[in-house]
Amino acid sequence: MQEKTPSILVVTIIVIALGLLSYFLYQPILNNLNLGLDLSGGLRVVLEAEEKKGQEVTPDTIQKAVGILRDRVDNLGVKETALYPQGKNRVVVEIAGEEDPEAAVDILKNTAELEFWDESNKVMVTGKHLKDAQARMSQGEQGTAEVLIDFDKEGSRLFAEATRANVGKPIKIVIDGNIISAPTVQEPITDGSARITGGFTAKEAQDLAVLLRSGALPVSLKVIEKRSIGPVLGADSLDRSIKAGIIGLIAILIFMLGYYRLPGLVADISLVLYSLLVLGAMSLLGAVLTLPGIAGFALSIGMAVDANVIIYERLKEELRYGKTLHAAIDAGFKRAFWTILDSNVTTLVSALVLMYLGTGPVKGFAVTLSIGIVASMLVALTFTRYLLILMGNISKNKKLYGV
Amino acid sequence: MDIFIKRRKVFYIISLLIIIPGLVSLVMNGLNLGIDFTGGSIIQVQMDSSVQSAQVRSALKEIGMERADVSKSGNQFLIRTTELDQEQTRQLLDALESKFKNVEFLSAESVGAAIGKELTNKAILAVIIAAFAMLIYITIRFEWTFGVAAIVSEIHDVLFVLGLFSLFQWEINTSFIAAILTVVGYSINDTIVIFDRIRENLRMKRKEDYANLVNRSITQSLNRSINTVLTSLFALVALLVFGGGNIRYFILAMVIGFVVGCYSSIFVASPVWYDIKNRA
Repeated sequence: MQEKTPSILVVTIIVIALGLLSYFLYQPILNNLNLGLDLSGGLRVVLEAEEKKGQEVTPDTIQKAVGILRDRVDNLGVKETALYPQGKNRVVVEIAGEEDPEAAVDILKNTAELEFWDESNKVMVTGKHLKDAQARMSQGEQGTAEVLIDFDKEGSRLFAEATRANVGKPIKIVIDGNIISAPTVQEPITDGSARITGGFTAKEAQDLAVLLRSGALPVSLKVIEKRSIGPVLGADSLDRSIKAGIIGLIAILIFMLGYYRLPGLVADISLVLYSLLVLGAMSLLGAVLTLPGIAGFALSIGMAVDANVIIYERLKEELRYGKTLHAAIDAGFKRAFWTILDSNVTTLVSALVLMYLGTGPVKGFAVTLSIGIVASMLVALTFTRYLLILMGNISKNKKLYGV
Repeated sequence: MDIFIKRRKVFYIISLLIIIPGLVSLVMNGLNLGIDFTGGSIIQVQMDSSVQSAQVRSALKEIGMERADVSKSGNQFLIRTTELDQEQTRQLLDALESKFKNVEFLSAESVGAAIGKELTNKAILAVIIAAFAMLIYITIRFEWTFGVAAIVSEIHDVLFVLGLFSLFQWEINTSFIAAILTVVGYSINDTIVIFDRIRENLRMKRKEDYANLVNRSITQSLNRSINTVLTSLFALVALLVFGGGNIRYFILAMVIGFVVGCYSSIFVASPVWYDIKNRA
């Protein structure tokens, strides 16, 4: 009876501490979690360089393309982006939280090669010699916008020459092979600036200016894989899965309490700690929470309970053999340890393979599942055990243990 | 409860009764491969629920996409087509926005056919590597007879799920591979808990034949086997019912796989181990 009071005290302190911990950590952890594209809205594009005759795609070309694309993405003003080469001739672009992901793809995939042609379609100046490009509203046509460009020194010289030679004749302004407009030259332009008009909307002019400023891609890129998710769907998926997760969790908590009674309560308390650990680890590791990732988390809760189930079934058995509660708890944990380890390692193996080979959402699923498996073993073999021993001090009534 | 070994042939037959039609369907109809594998585009938009699929179809016909497949659920529309490039996607969205009111863009996916092939190869590789890794682990921790029995029950589970997906022509994507691998991992986990019990009972060296011993081990683990699959199913079914539509088949594959995995670890894995052990 001497032990009784302190044990109750310790259990109460643990429960209160855990309650406070979850209350204060819940929001910061959630805010710190990186949401995947499928939950925040955004896009993932895989671009592949198209080889042309006499133009080999080298790692250098791809590196250059990555730099230019990064420039463009930065100019879009989005917050979270990842840009990296993949294999020999590919670039992956991931943008989270983009309101209009389709428009972003439009901008990314353009080569943006600006050329000025004379009447015989000879190239006179190219976008290579640009210093700056800015969008502004047109003075002439109402409600349209235009792009003002400044050439560098070499460009100014070439453009002056071109305009001098073509007075009274049209000069075609060509972007990626499409003639945008063909204004007639009134007089030689020697100050190194030019206007591109073409009845643009303000947005179109803005995008074009971004493209021209970041420069032309060294190769033309083709979209070979694209997944873009609007913000509406992302938010909807997030709401629904959080709701589903909570419902699933409550069902598990009730089941454990009803079936295993006092140890079930221990399992439920352990699950709270487990959830905090997994979400905390994910936010610290900077892991990305995707839609399948939430499924992985919900699933890992179901599996975290498994360690408890294995232990408690053992515990019941040992109690039925007539062991005292403490001896039964001890034996239960000892025997359950290898079972838990062996069974979890095999699941971990498949999760790790997925993590290594999977991409995007599948990877997110594997990461959460792996973190979950490790955390569930840790919690079950330390925290749950300690709590169960404390409970054993409080009540030795075997009925409370389901026997 | 001494049915597990005595009646094992009955359970083998039950398994075969479901697996064989599934296999036939796999050979005849194959699987309903999504764009991840075949290449193509899927565009998802939200519009007024008064809009009919047929109206969307005719709107798409006007821009030369008469072969697009349109399906509607509530106020969400799913448009499947051959692979669209960026201009075509834009054209399609513009066409919808000009024809209908309150069009909300939900998602657009495009996958090139070449990528699809790569993903398929990667997926198959993943399953093989995972299976081998688990086989090695089990052989180290137990003995080869357990490893073989576990693999037999794994193949059972995978064929079962694949067969059902083929019979019902549910669509599969890369996430399906993740589901299959999870099912494999989970089912092995389930199987190992029982094998662990067999191993433990073997060590006690009681005078008991294998049939009895296996039967006893299964019975001792039965509560755990059922309770664990139940708690996992609580989470999965909640996701299936309340979760978003985009991962429905991913979850469905796991729900089926978990139930089958639990079944196979009780009625397939241990009886098969018994058969191997008796012959070895």
